[in-house]
Amino acid sequence: MSITRRHMLLLLPAAAVAWKHVLAGSPEASPNYKISEHWWSMLIDLTKCIGCGNCVRACQTENEVPDGYFRTWVERYHVTDYDIENPHVDSPDGGKKGFPPTKEEGGKNFFVPKLCNHCADSPCTQVCPVGATFISPDGVVLVDKKYCLGCRYCVQACPYGCRFINPGTMTAEKCTLCYHRITKGLTTACCEACPTGARQLADLKNPNDPIHEFLKTHSVQVLKPYMATHAKVFYNGLDGSVR
Amino acid sequence: MPGVEGFMYPNEIELQWSVLIVLYPFLTGLVAGAFILASLERVFRVQAVKPTYRLALLTALAFLLVAPLPLQLHLGHPERSYEMYLTPHKTSAMAMFGFVYLWYLMAVLVLEIWLDYRRDIVVLSQSTTGWKRWIYKVMTLGSSNISEHALEIDDRVGWLVTLIGIPSAFLLHGYVGFIFGSVKANPWWSSPLMPVVFIFSAMVSGIAAVMLLYMLMRWSRGETIDMRCVDTVASYLFYIFIIDFSLEMLDLIHRIYESDESFRSLDFMVHTKLYVSHIVVQILLGTVVPIALLGLTQVLRLGEIARKRIYALAGCLTLVGIFAMRWNVVIGGQLFSKSFLGYTTYKMGLVTREGLLMAIVLTVLPLVILWVLVKLLPPWPEKNSGSLPDAAPAN
Repeated sequence: MSITRRHMLLLLPAAAVAWKHVLAGSPEASPNYKISEHWWSMLIDLTKCIGCGNCVRACQTENEVPDGYFRTWVERYHVTDYDIENPHVDSPDGGKKGFPPTKEEGGKNFFVPKLCNHCADSPCTQVCPVGATFISPDGVVLVDKKYCLGCRYCVQACPYGCRFINPGTMTAEKCTLCYHRITKGLTTACCEACPTGARQLADLKNPNDPIHEFLKTHSVQVLKPYMATHAKVFYNGLDGSVR
Repeated sequence: MPGVEGFMYPNEIELQWSVLIVLYPFLTGLVAGAFILASLERVFRVQAVKPTYRLALLTALAFLLVAPLPLQLHLGHPERSYEMYLTPHKTSAMAMFGFVYLWYLMAVLVLEIWLDYRRDIVVLSQSTTGWKRWIYKVMTLGSSNISEHALEIDDRVGWLVTLIGIPSAFLLHGYVGFIFGSVKANPWWSSPLMPVVFIFSAMVSGIAAVMLLYMLMRWSRGETIDMRCVDTVASYLFYIFIIDFSLEMLDLIHRIYESDESFRSLDFMVHTKLYVSHIVVQILLGTVVPIALLGLTQVLRLGEIARKRIYALAGCLTLVGIFAMRWNVVIGGQLFSKSFLGYTTYKMGLVTREGLLMAIVLTVLPLVILWVLVKLLPPWPEKNSGSLPDAAPAN
């Protein structure tokens, strides 16, 4: 069949649309990195977190996060014995400068670092109208800044409050698990800065990763499991009062 | 932090969706409601509402033309919005907006208006002079055949378009409800009832708006108001309003009775930050009072003037109530933390891209467009000329 000018006119827009699909949502390429060999997650051991805020500061510096917005933050919980469902929580400036001494007496206090849970069934990627946010084949939820409309639907859809609109780019932003670092064999800025090793980057596809041993021997939990998002940030020692 | 009570996740303090996103479901609701009123005459043969038929279609078009503007103004990158047509994300409810909108605008509303007005357009393209003649000439789309046979075909096709238009109107607004109702992260929105409530509230607002506009236009032109028509429209408004209110109460009672983990937080919000807009404006002033007023006209034999005044008051309160409902859904759904431990405050700008002034402009703009449309395509025979001049039948 010969291709006429009419056929070409019909085919060209379709090809342009198909090409846009191909271009949309491809993660940053890195030499020697085999994307299919990884499935990234993070382990947070709450029994080790001291609420120093190093992770928040490291993240803000590494990723140039604007003031007042957070890719990661630390919450301090105070839970009394008689009302565990209503904890008192604070996170002054996202815990960036640590925490002032608590005035609460009785009960227990602990810190909970938060970040994007890189959900395998993420509601944020589900709702994006153009597919600007997507799950990369190695399990990291990313945003294509050049493609995002800034409609904010993903911010509404995240059950964990992990997304925001960057006032500079006017696009959605969130933790990328320092994708630019982990694809080069480094760990994330927050994990590197953590003085107690409370945060550990983990690769579930790597059989030698210590996370496998840890998951076998500890009771770990994810945030809001009833949301069925298949979150991949695992918490050791997570109290039932944490939201 | 000022404006924050309790604990919010740090990224939640700033509201994401502003008053412009309140306007969006309000405007599309008026479109869907006005169209459904129009379909009463066309498909269900309710002759009494015929005087509002064309006005309802023009109202729907005027509001539909403005409906995407608040969305465009709200986007961080409006210049990229066309991407929704090129690479729509199949799992996203919002991705369907462009297609649903275009379908409704071009395949339903514009087509139906054109078919219904075709004879008038052809006649006016022959009887007017100057620039108006050219506008009408363009609007004929080159078809000047207004023989009886052609008009009969127009009528049949128009009926079919209206028939397709009814589920399309439901789709247009039910879909808006789905955008909110499908957000499982937000218990104030997440409800399968949301699209249904949106559809019925849309019908309520659209019918009230057309009723008010009809009375206002007839009055301003010094023409008599067809009371049989207004009585019928008001009775439809009354019955649909009762269904809408019942659905909203069902949702409320269900939430209170279930009292899930979000209830304490939402209940506190309704009794504090949303008390005036939800309890006072939406439920009492915007729903209970107009239903009671419309109910009075159903059970009492009131005079014409009393009925007109009641309809005008009930119509205005209804629109205020439905706007408050949209406000409480959109803004209310962002005032509480998804941790259920705190609340934030909405600070509306005044002369900003998403501020009060812009919201007022976008509310008035459809009325200006409607004024132009009514001048161009009179919904009723013009008073001075008596009726449209006869045209020479096309060969």
